[in-house]
Amino acid sequence: MPMIEMSSVNKWYDDFQVLKDCSTQVAKGEVVVVCGPSGSGKSTLIKTVNGLEPFQEGTITVDEISVGDPATDLPRLRARIGMVFQNFELFPHLSIMENIKLAQLKVLNRTDDESAKRGMELLDRVGLVDQADKFPAQLSGGQQQRVAIARGLAMDPIAMLFDEPTSALDPEMINEVLDVMTALAEDGMTMMVVTHEMGFARRVAHRVIFMDEGRIEEDCTKDDFFGTARGERAQEFLSKILTH
Amino acid sequence: MNYNWDWSVLFCFVEDPVSSCTQPFFYWIVSGFGWTISVAAAAWVIAFSLGSVIGVLRTVENPYLRGFATVYVTIFRNIPLLVQMFLWFFVFPELLPDEAGKWVKRGMPLPEFWTAVVCLGTYTASRVGEQVRAGIEAITQGQRYAAMAMGLRPVQVYRYILLPVSYRIIIPPLTSDFLGVFKNSSLALTIGVLELTAQTRQIEEYTFQGFEAFTAATLLYIVVTAIVMAVMRVVEGRVVIPGMISLGAK
Amino acid sequence: MFENFDFEIIVTSIPFLIEGMGLTLLLTVLAIVGGLALGTVLALCRLAPYRWLSLFAGSYVNFFRSMPLILVIFWFYFLVPFIVGRPVGGFYSVLVAFIMFEAAYYCEIMRAGIQSVRQGQVHAGQALGLTYRQNMRYIVLPQAFRAMIPILLTQAIILFQDTSLVYVVGLRDFLVAADIVANRDNRLMEMFLTVALVYFVMCLAGQLGIRKIQKKFATG
Repeated sequence: MPMIEMSSVNKWYDDFQVLKDCSTQVAKGEVVVVCGPSGSGKSTLIKTVNGLEPFQEGTITVDEISVGDPATDLPRLRARIGMVFQNFELFPHLSIMENIKLAQLKVLNRTDDESAKRGMELLDRVGLVDQADKFPAQLSGGQQQRVAIARGLAMDPIAMLFDEPTSALDPEMINEVLDVMTALAEDGMTMMVVTHEMGFARRVAHRVIFMDEGRIEEDCTKDDFFGTARGERAQEFLSKILTH
Repeated sequence: MNYNWDWSVLFCFVEDPVSSCTQPFFYWIVSGFGWTISVAAAAWVIAFSLGSVIGVLRTVENPYLRGFATVYVTIFRNIPLLVQMFLWFFVFPELLPDEAGKWVKRGMPLPEFWTAVVCLGTYTASRVGEQVRAGIEAITQGQRYAAMAMGLRPVQVYRYILLPVSYRIIIPPLTSDFLGVFKNSSLALTIGVLELTAQTRQIEEYTFQGFEAFTAATLLYIVVTAIVMAVMRVVEGRVVIPGMISLGAK
Repeated sequence: MFENFDFEIIVTSIPFLIEGMGLTLLLTVLAIVGGLALGTVLALCRLAPYRWLSLFAGSYVNFFRSMPLILVIFWFYFLVPFIVGRPVGGFYSVLVAFIMFEAAYYCEIMRAGIQSVRQGQVHAGQALGLTYRQNMRYIVLPQAFRAMIPILLTQAIILFQDTSLVYVVGLRDFLVAADIVANRDNRLMEMFLTVALVYFVMCLAGQLGIRKIQKKFATG
């Protein structure tokens, strides 16, 4: 049974269709990179997985729980799926440690000690133990994004979603974030990653999804995608991205 | 202009019409000041809590709740405060069932005081509500998504993320709303609360030396305003979020 | 609750109420004109390069913004005849009070409007060789004006509502006219609800008008 399964998902904003008949699956422990030109619907697609973006047609299940079913307790499901955003989205009024503790305390009902202990483990893992008492605005973009990853992991998620995690970063900070993600993949985390970082895709991904105009145009293994088996649009996209 | 300033007037002893104790006029000002502070403080408690609820409702998805809050703000902002005061004092008790109406008019303690408090509180709540809404709307959609993605429920998203951030960035306009309720408490004199402004007017009527009392009251208003602004500046400095700027006072 | 609601009394008192509304509107318009004039002078002083001028304007604004309008009305109600040396009638005293009070608020709105124009715009004007006056006239003020218009109009609606405070000195404006009828015939509910409704409709219409103007400015 796949960890994430989407079938025939359609989504409209008023008259404009942003997702067209999207189907795919992500197996347990699999790393799937989603790429495509801006406006292709990839960010929307990943936000439908934990129900941040509602969709009108089709089904999405995560660990066999239906996301679109009105009876599903979405907050409870979301607590089991970590998510990392383009603009980090750390909470500015909370310290780094408080950011990591908040959902552990309020959603998982862990004790203060437990959450702090787990928080420290994860800050250690992303190399930021000494920043625990600072506030988000006092950290660099790369550091903030590593904290955001730690915050997601603190919930002991069954899968992690990354929505363009490096595209708001200065070039010299991209690698520190990608390194953390690579290590996470090597540990066997199920990951769905929207990104333009083709180097990361080549090294880490198992599969690559290419989207264009709301449609999944390619959905194949990494080797096929970077080999010759891809279509014209994907070819064009890759040539633009790799030569810029 | 040849006004005979005579500050000793404020220290003349006179029989208080309410308590029939003999006190200097000066004491009337002190007592009026006490009522001004009490009305303003009690009204602010209502304004802040009710205003927060209204502000939150203005931003929720449910169209009925949002509509209710919008109607509330529209009504309370488009009727002069003095007219609202009269509606609460003269009309509201008539609209209640007989028993309740009688209680509001005569039964409850300090009817004028509490009417003024409710009137000023509900009116100022509409202003506070607009500030809270502006604060919440200044927070990016991404923050809301991030909070939801962690599994926080809608109430928790407001409780732990949206409201705490909003309050911090709207401290300047909230301060000006608080000073607004402090100054507007003078309207309570129209229904018979003997607050600061009412007392100065009364001293004028007794002594025909009004400017001394007006000056004393003016100084008190200015001093309190200055203190509140200074305190709030310190508070703002304490809770300021690194890297964020606050919304300007209107 | 409304079984003995007397519509008759409202209808028969319409001419009397209209007279009151006339005074309300007259006071509002004159206070806006006077307040804007004095407020503009104050705003220019506030932004003037002379320290004592801007300090004076700043103190004026802070002083009036710290005071309740009712107290200001009382002050001028007694002060104006005193300065003039003879009784001038409540209307003129109150008008002076409103002009002095509103000017403080208009000054702040204009100052904020002018300061909201980005420094880069001023520099761009200077770089083109415009003089201080030309820069103000062609670059800064037109932009500042757009930013201020909706706020100035909103302030006008607030002033319109605030004129009801002349109640405290008994000038016969809209509210006092209604109050007189209400107390004479013991019809408080009818009269005060009517007053509230009329004010509400007028203010709401004003507000919607402002929103339209705002949209026009935003698109064109």
